[in-house]
Amino acid sequence: MIYIRRLLATVVICVFSISVTDCGKAIAASDPIPLIKQQWSFDGIFGEFDKQSVQRGLQVYLEICASCHGLEYVAYRNLSEVGYTEEQIKAVASQYEVEDGPNSDGEIFTRTARPADYFNNPYANDMEAKLMNNGALPPDLSLIYKARPGGADYLYSLLTGYEEEPENHEVADGLYYNPYFPGGAVAMPQPLYGDDVEYADGTDATIAQQAHDVATFLAWAAEPNLDSRKKLGIKVLLFLIVLSGLLYASKTKVWREVH
Amino acid sequence: MSEISTGKRIIQWFDYRLPIFTFMHHSLVDYPAPKNLNYWWNFGSLAGIILVIQIVSGIVLAMHYTPHVDYAFSSVESIMRDVNYGWLIRYLHANGASAFFAVVYIHVFRGLYFGSYKAPREVLWWMGLIILLIMMATAFMGYVLPWGQMSFWAATVITNLFSAIPLVGESITTWLWGGFAVGNATLNRFYSLHYLLPFVLVGVVFLHLWALHRFGSNNPTGLDTKGPKDTVPFHPYYTVKDLFGISVFLLILLAFVFYAPNYLGHPDNYIKANPLVTPAHIVPEWYFLPFYAILRAVPDIWFVEAKLAGVIAMFSAILLLFVLPWLDTSSVRSARYRPWYKQIFWFLVIDVIVLGVAGAKPPEGMWLILGRVATAYYFVHFLILMPIVGRLEPTRPLPASIDESVLGKKEKGASE
Repeated sequence: MIYIRRLLATVVICVFSISVTDCGKAIAASDPIPLIKQQWSFDGIFGEFDKQSVQRGLQVYLEICASCHGLEYVAYRNLSEVGYTEEQIKAVASQYEVEDGPNSDGEIFTRTARPADYFNNPYANDMEAKLMNNGALPPDLSLIYKARPGGADYLYSLLTGYEEEPENHEVADGLYYNPYFPGGAVAMPQPLYGDDVEYADGTDATIAQQAHDVATFLAWAAEPNLDSRKKLGIKVLLFLIVLSGLLYASKTKVWREVH
Repeated sequence: MSEISTGKRIIQWFDYRLPIFTFMHHSLVDYPAPKNLNYWWNFGSLAGIILVIQIVSGIVLAMHYTPHVDYAFSSVESIMRDVNYGWLIRYLHANGASAFFAVVYIHVFRGLYFGSYKAPREVLWWMGLIILLIMMATAFMGYVLPWGQMSFWAATVITNLFSAIPLVGESITTWLWGGFAVGNATLNRFYSLHYLLPFVLVGVVFLHLWALHRFGSNNPTGLDTKGPKDTVPFHPYYTVKDLFGISVFLLILLAFVFYAPNYLGHPDNYIKANPLVTPAHIVPEWYFLPFYAILRAVPDIWFVEAKLAGVIAMFSAILLLFVLPWLDTSSVRSARYRPWYKQIFWFLVIDVIVLGVAGAKPPEGMWLILGRVATAYYFVHFLILMPIVGRLEPTRPLPASIDESVLGKKEKGASE
């Protein structure tokens, strides 16, 4: 045994020294600052979306975010899942114009949006979006909650994290300092200052409240089946726990005479 | 004389002409299995059931998926949002791939620990390795299909590996792509092969089982079975034990599917593929990380550039396992009776975990060094330690039979 250990030690030391001479310095990657952790209504096994918060978040999205960010994969009809009536959905959709056609005259035309249409994209295409945003492309928000590490906490941190740039930190022209954004400089100017919207339900529209609501809304937009997923999960897992118990009992009974 | 029911008579009529019922009875009911198999032997049947889950869920997904660079990403979103229970089927398929690898890796390490690759089971072991290789190809191509950022860049990185081959590398890469970059032709052929390979897999699984049933399962003692005292019929003993295992396995898999469906995935794959934007870190799925670490660990060696050397090392890491039955010089199968081998076995497990972590980190500083040490040790384990340990190791005395080892344990338990 002792031979093996010695052999191992020798091998490890040899390889280690070869590697060290070959690739010396460790590069310390700058650690991103930790995200602000929030309590989310949809966290945990029993979590589900706070529909009031989603509705307030929709209001923030429509009045603030939607001027630059699309919501490609969400249709107006989907709003029925968070408590809107058919009439309300029609009212939301009717504020927008969409392109349709060709009609029987062979023409492309614009018409008022219907519940079956997808959320209006603020730009005709990515090139126009870049042109109007100093070369930066505002990302589509349909999946942003799943497309960023940290999910809703990241969105909240980013939206509330704008501050004066520190002295040793140079931020290029047209960019804004935000320690939560990878690299620290984001092309999006601070979108929320407090009281940017007047909430229909009378909630005080602080920066924190608006950021929390819009992050909840975007989590719903990315994962609209979360509620039913978690509800079904409990039933399935409970069933499997009982089944496993029964199968274990059967196994013990069958094997009793062998052991 | 007892009455024979009509149903039974039809079965007898058919079985006389095509003895499929006799075959199934032999392999799933009467099949004599060692009576001392522990829970590590559950992972074979688990791999079988997850293969079925993947094929069934995959076929349903294929009904709704569009293999085109412009529509793939949005067709996946439509599965998630508009198809009835589409989210469940897709999350099951995505997490099922992870589960498949987890189960198969445990199955392989079980084989390594108990010497299941040794004579006369070398061909059985080979079939298993072929299954692993096909699984890897299938999983890689499946990961490309959603056409997210990681899909696209994983496809770019992995197909570019072939360009390391001297002289013909560039042409091979172009041929694989079906163009001069990863594009629509690449996506289409990956989709086609991703659908084909699982059925090839089923074929090789049959060969794997055929080879298994030739000599029967290995067991924790590594001894050959020596008659009915050592065995129990597969049904009901192992059918009920496997069913229990499957139920516990599903509990874990579905806990992921329902409560952490994206935990094992990468956020960047929810961003549509963009050939003009390279992600900060391109990382494969967790089950490829040890191999990814080996790929990146190798520096330039003399006239062989690092890329080619890395590719050779990565493929060797698996191909090496094909000759393992001959690298292992010990006549004892199970690590239970091999005190030295038992130690280096666990060292190998740690080594592979270190490789996995190193594969997830950017290849710089400490992690590159660790990756290199771990890569070197991986090859040292198989090429140097296995042959030497097998020759020098003082093995512990083997019990006379499986039955005796089980009885011995029982008496020891009773006296305590």
